[in-house]
Amino acid sequence: MVRKLLDGNGAAAEAMRLARVQVIAAYPITPQSPIAEKLSQFVADGTLKAKYLRVESEHSAMSCLIGAQLTGVRTGTATSSVGLALMHEVLGVASGLRLPIVMPVVNRSLVSPWSLWCDHQDTMAERDSGWIQLYAADAQEVLDLTLLAYRVAEDPRVLTPIMVCMDGFFVSHTSQPVEVPDQEAVDRFLPPYRPQNLYLDVDDPMFVNDLTPPADFTEMRYQQKVGFEAALEVLPEVMDEFARHFGRRYDLVETYRCEDAEAVLVTLGSMSGTGKYVVDQLRAQGQKVGLLRVVSFRPFPADRVRAALSRVPVVGVMDRSAGLGAEVGPVCTEVRAALSAEGRQVPVVGFVGGLGGRDLAPKTLAAAFSRLLEIRAGAPAPRTSQWIDVRADALQLREVPAGVRH
Amino acid sequence: MSRLQDRVMQQSGSSKPVRYLYGPVATVFAATQTGTWRIHRPVINQAACNRCGKCARFCPLDIITMDRKDRSRDVTVDLTYCKGCGICAAVCPLGCIAMVPEGGEG
Amino acid sequence: MYAIKHQARGLVSHGVSTCQGCALELAVRVILDVLGERTIIVIPPGCAALFSGFGNETALRIPGVQGNLENSAAIAAGIRAGLEVQGKDDITVLALAGDGGTVDIGLQSLSGAMERGDRILYICYDNEAYMNTGIQGSGSTPYGARTTTTPAGKPTFRKNVLEIAVAHRIPYVASASIAYLEDFRRKIARARDAGGTAYIHLHSPCPTGWGYDPSQTIRVAELAVQTLCWPLYEVVEGKTRITVKVNKPRPVAEYLQTQSRFRSMTPEEIDQVQRTVEAEYQRLLERAEA
Repeated sequence: MVRKLLDGNGAAAEAMRLARVQVIAAYPITPQSPIAEKLSQFVADGTLKAKYLRVESEHSAMSCLIGAQLTGVRTGTATSSVGLALMHEVLGVASGLRLPIVMPVVNRSLVSPWSLWCDHQDTMAERDSGWIQLYAADAQEVLDLTLLAYRVAEDPRVLTPIMVCMDGFFVSHTSQPVEVPDQEAVDRFLPPYRPQNLYLDVDDPMFVNDLTPPADFTEMRYQQKVGFEAALEVLPEVMDEFARHFGRRYDLVETYRCEDAEAVLVTLGSMSGTGKYVVDQLRAQGQKVGLLRVVSFRPFPADRVRAALSRVPVVGVMDRSAGLGAEVGPVCTEVRAALSAEGRQVPVVGFVGGLGGRDLAPKTLAAAFSRLLEIRAGAPAPRTSQWIDVRADALQLREVPAGVRH
Repeated sequence: MSRLQDRVMQQSGSSKPVRYLYGPVATVFAATQTGTWRIHRPVINQAACNRCGKCARFCPLDIITMDRKDRSRDVTVDLTYCKGCGICAAVCPLGCIAMVPEGGEG
Repeated sequence: MYAIKHQARGLVSHGVSTCQGCALELAVRVILDVLGERTIIVIPPGCAALFSGFGNETALRIPGVQGNLENSAAIAAGIRAGLEVQGKDDITVLALAGDGGTVDIGLQSLSGAMERGDRILYICYDNEAYMNTGIQGSGSTPYGARTTTTPAGKPTFRKNVLEIAVAHRIPYVASASIAYLEDFRRKIARARDAGGTAYIHLHSPCPTGWGYDPSQTIRVAELAVQTLCWPLYEVVEGKTRITVKVNKPRPVAEYLQTQSRFRSMTPEEIDQVQRTVEAEYQRLLERAEA
């Protein structure tokens, strides 16, 4: 093991090198580009024995990976934002063919408006694509979750591709000391890839992905559902094993000071560190608040969320995507569904914030906690999402002279 | 050689080891009985045919059989599959293939 | 291993639900007869997907994958990369796509593969429209042809993807015709051994979409060559060679008149086709002699 100063992008590239990916196809996009650059450098300097395909789009990147993975090799790419959106069509092919591809995704908002900066709309738009989604909070987690993702994805009970999501710039470009395990240690944890389901082999031919009749389609989707359910079991198993190998422990969800909490905020990704800081501050002032971080958004660990929030009287959820047209954002929708299944009438307040690169600063999260505590004290709980950091002049942003336009 | 033989699962009530593939895949090589489409069928004048082989080369289904060295053996068309397109008749340099309506005489 | 439900002579099932007189059906047999069983095929949706199969049954005895309409070249490039890193060098990676999947929506990924020089064999079977979805016009639909989305006849000329391929400086580019099977076979073998990206563009007449009797497929294809509407040539390492010389071209009207899709063309429009094909053939001749 060595400690290296790495940002999230660097950690992702190191993890893919340690996983010995054999075919890489990547296309640059801010803020993911350093991953593509580092991987091509590893291949060029021989520290990663792989073929690097300098593709002309993200759509082709994922298509190349599908072809390569079908021949029986571990593959790698990474993307962000509109790049992920361009991949959308073939993301479903990778998951439908049960190809255990692991892909770091650097979260960045989707157009329009154009933004280079972080929010979660890109991956939320893919939440039904049949990919597992893990959200890392810092560079160490990026490395660790990526490594364990290969084990989970390739598990014969799961056979489902995985996105390891990290917040653009906040994680991708923030350097920290990262413990990078030795290759030998990783090799002991992660054996070489061996295709177990669909593959392309002239000595054992099959035709993959031909037209499926209505008589079989439902069953094939059901197979995927079973894979996701298995992932809820396999993820903790592999996380335990990871802890035994490397000493760092992960879980489907992370609770922080929830035990006697009067209000808990549910978070995703890098906002969680800020959230814990705010919890500590408020606790120091005598406010009983806590935080619940969702690590695995797909599959959504509803049982674990229910258990963690079972005695919490007021819950808030901070969504980093708008969830347009829904009452609340996508994470809040999941939390509400999970809690309502238990028949509890607990208020679950949906917050939306941190869009398009806006920082979810301590004061923003503190404001969310304040709202929750007011509701705990008797204030009415809103049903629709609360845009916690929207400016008052939202509808007066661009002023032009009034008049008829011809 | 075949990976289909390893990682086997025992199918209940059967001694044959099997395993199951997930997702869309075809594992059976099969044919559609396209001969049922046919409205006209090719009838070959065996005596006139010089076994040049052009019909067989251009048959889209590759279902014409002939012995190019032994003219005593008939040229045959596999009517299980023949769609009756008539390409064989159209390309025959000697005009010795006739397309005859199915269900009629001949 | 495939379970064999029905025997076949070659690597392709005899009963495939392509239309009567389909040139593609003959092409698939010829291509796989030349390439043999150590071939992995990529097929996008389209007429060729009838060979991919349906449910648990396929019409091909080689390994294959059906991709999306626009990514045949990229999937093939990935397969090649996967084989390469495993040292499996004796396998042909074939992408077989129609004109829609090649000259329109698939052009970007094809261009990417050609520019990178990925060792794949890409064969475009060109039936000059989106036939499997019901004869909609494509970038390869010829001038004047009626399709369901060019009901008054296509007002523009087709794009010349052969020359786009040549512009990528790949080692092998060839046009081919289903009427000239020996020429086609030789080109397939040469393309397989080209050592880089190889591109063959096959003129593939479609009785259903072009409006002619299914028995006339070979004659229509031959007329396209003989009227200079579809010159047969190859470009090997940048050097052009006409593989089937047409010394006494027949008038294009002879070819156009065989198909109902050209029926609404005026004499002036036919004349414009005549002048265009002559000029293009002349340029090809000059390049071949240079």
